[in-house]
Amino acid sequence: MTTTLRKALLGAVFATALGAGAADAATIKVGVIAPFSGPFAMFGQTFKEGIAVYQAVHGKTVGADTVEFVFKDLDQANPAQSKALAQELIVKEKVSFLAGFAFTPDAMAVAPLIDEANIPAVIFNAATSAITEKSPRFVRSSFTLWQNTVPLANHVAKLGVKKAITAVSDYGPGIDGEAAFKATFEKAGGAVVDTIRMPLKSTDFAPFMQRIKDSGAEAVYAFLPAGPTTLAFAKAFADNGLKEKGIQFFGPGDITQEPDLPALGDAVLGMTTSFHYSQAHESAANKSFLAKYKELFGSSDNATFTSVGAYDGVHLIYTMLAKTGGKSDGLKAVEAVKGLSWESPRGPVTIDPDSRHIRQTIYLRTVERVNGKLQNTEKDAFPAQPDFGYKLGK
Amino acid sequence: METLFGIAVDGVAYGMILFIISVGLSVTLGLMRVVNLAHGAFAMVGGYVASYAAQSFGLPYAGALVVAVLLTVLATLPLESLLYRRIYGHANELSQVLLTIGLTFVIVASVNYLFGPSLKRIPLPELLQGTVALGPKSIPTHRAFVIVAGAVTLLGLWWLLERTDFGIRLRAAVDDPAMAAALGIRTERLYMATFALGTGLAALGGVLGAELLPLEPYYAIRYIVLFLAVVAVGGAGSVFGSAAAALALGITDTAGKYLIPNFGEFFFYAALILILFRWPQGFFKGKTA
Repeated sequence: MTTTLRKALLGAVFATALGAGAADAATIKVGVIAPFSGPFAMFGQTFKEGIAVYQAVHGKTVGADTVEFVFKDLDQANPAQSKALAQELIVKEKVSFLAGFAFTPDAMAVAPLIDEANIPAVIFNAATSAITEKSPRFVRSSFTLWQNTVPLANHVAKLGVKKAITAVSDYGPGIDGEAAFKATFEKAGGAVVDTIRMPLKSTDFAPFMQRIKDSGAEAVYAFLPAGPTTLAFAKAFADNGLKEKGIQFFGPGDITQEPDLPALGDAVLGMTTSFHYSQAHESAANKSFLAKYKELFGSSDNATFTSVGAYDGVHLIYTMLAKTGGKSDGLKAVEAVKGLSWESPRGPVTIDPDSRHIRQTIYLRTVERVNGKLQNTEKDAFPAQPDFGYKLGK
Repeated sequence: METLFGIAVDGVAYGMILFIISVGLSVTLGLMRVVNLAHGAFAMVGGYVASYAAQSFGLPYAGALVVAVLLTVLATLPLESLLYRRIYGHANELSQVLLTIGLTFVIVASVNYLFGPSLKRIPLPELLQGTVALGPKSIPTHRAFVIVAGAVTLLGLWWLLERTDFGIRLRAAVDDPAMAAALGIRTERLYMATFALGTGLAALGGVLGAELLPLEPYYAIRYIVLFLAVVAVGGAGSVFGSAAAALALGITDTAGKYLIPNFGEFFFYAALILILFRWPQGFFKGKTA
């Protein structure tokens, strides 16, 4: 009885060992943590769409390996839950890459885990500069507030604006934006007369508008995360007579992201923003990206910076796989994409070898109505902008 | 002086919007004694119907508003006879909360599935765009319109509840259902009508308030605290109380945000705490309709 059992067990062990050894063509799993439900579901949806477009264009295999995406829903910024999900993905699903991350705290929380498991994490969105400092295994395919704000602040100063005011949402990226604008604008000889931090949950922006109006500033730099509050903010800006008073609006492009444009309507017409991706970007790469988007999802109206963040993020993952032959060594994989350059739908991009953040062209755009549809038309470009906030400390 | 005037005007405008989106809850919570946490969900349904009617069928604003109110009432009436009827009365507060929050989740998920997570808008007619000048201060025309609509709703409700047979019967049925029924008042019908009134007002608020509280699937949960705050401060069931509370909170919030923006929502909640500390039952508990 015991011998048969032992033989059976041994047999089973050998069988698994042999099976594992024979598996040349493996399935490589990528765990994506993002909001797929709840108020920020637009992030998850556009991530998913970006990934699907990339896989439709470049196939689902790298070499002999099949790449499979496993999605985990994290409906709002919740670092503890993010860590738990990452752990589950690493231990149970045996993922070789982590990806996604809409919000800064969620990305920060997984730093110790990816170091311990030695797997790379590709950030599709979270935009605070400090993230990539937390682990050498982070690579980011999105943008940072510093990256978008520094060229914008220089542009505002060049327009001859002397006095500006900032109004930002009171949380990590907003404060990054405020700091970046203040530092750059004051260095260029301007003065920031007041800095307003608005609660994330604000509904009525009229009092802030009144304060901006009374401050005597000629221009306002504003940052709010893409979502419902941008609508109320843009409406309040249009309705409280700030334009008539000659106060110019500037801000990162989150406020005029493509899926929100139809709802924002004429309130944002003529607004100037700086950003790394516009659906209206003129390039062959973007045209074929949008064509594939339309083919897969019926419409490319929702294609926005988060879809491109995911699309380029998957490109990084595919490149890491191709260059390391699927061997699971996170550091080597990250090493393989350092300095990597390619043509993204947003324009030419490079992974900065130091910050592991994406170096890219930042465009100055104005909201215009073209053929009855609102779009962010690119007016000027600042090529090869790095993350100015890297290692600046807080 | 000009600043004070500006704060007052913005505050009243914000307060009136708070009033118009909360008064429906004041009716269900105060008059029917149902803790209707699905109020925000009904408001959202109204807003989505108006948005859909205006954008897909090209209905004008007024038409979309009427359609939204009617369709929301029609869609929620079956809920009254199927679900709400079972949870009327003081003894059922926990079931009320559980049922209505569950209902809210179902509505949120359905709206997300049907319309997607992006923002929806209700296009304003030419007439309501732009601004109107009030002395040295100008406010958006739409807000002026909401202030007028709020005042009309306030007077209309007061007349309905205080000056009509319906109001008298309703108050009787709420105070003592058994006695009212014994006197020949058909309480079931009365409750159904009041429920319809409550959801109709919710839909109205959802449509009129959409400029300030943009429509997206999480609307139902995001703003429920705001609605509950207004009703709690005003005193459940008092229409004038809700108006006073909405104005007080609106003005406090506006003044706080203008003068010390970095304190954020502090003044709103500080006012809430202080008022409830002084008047635990709200401003006008049981004094008037």
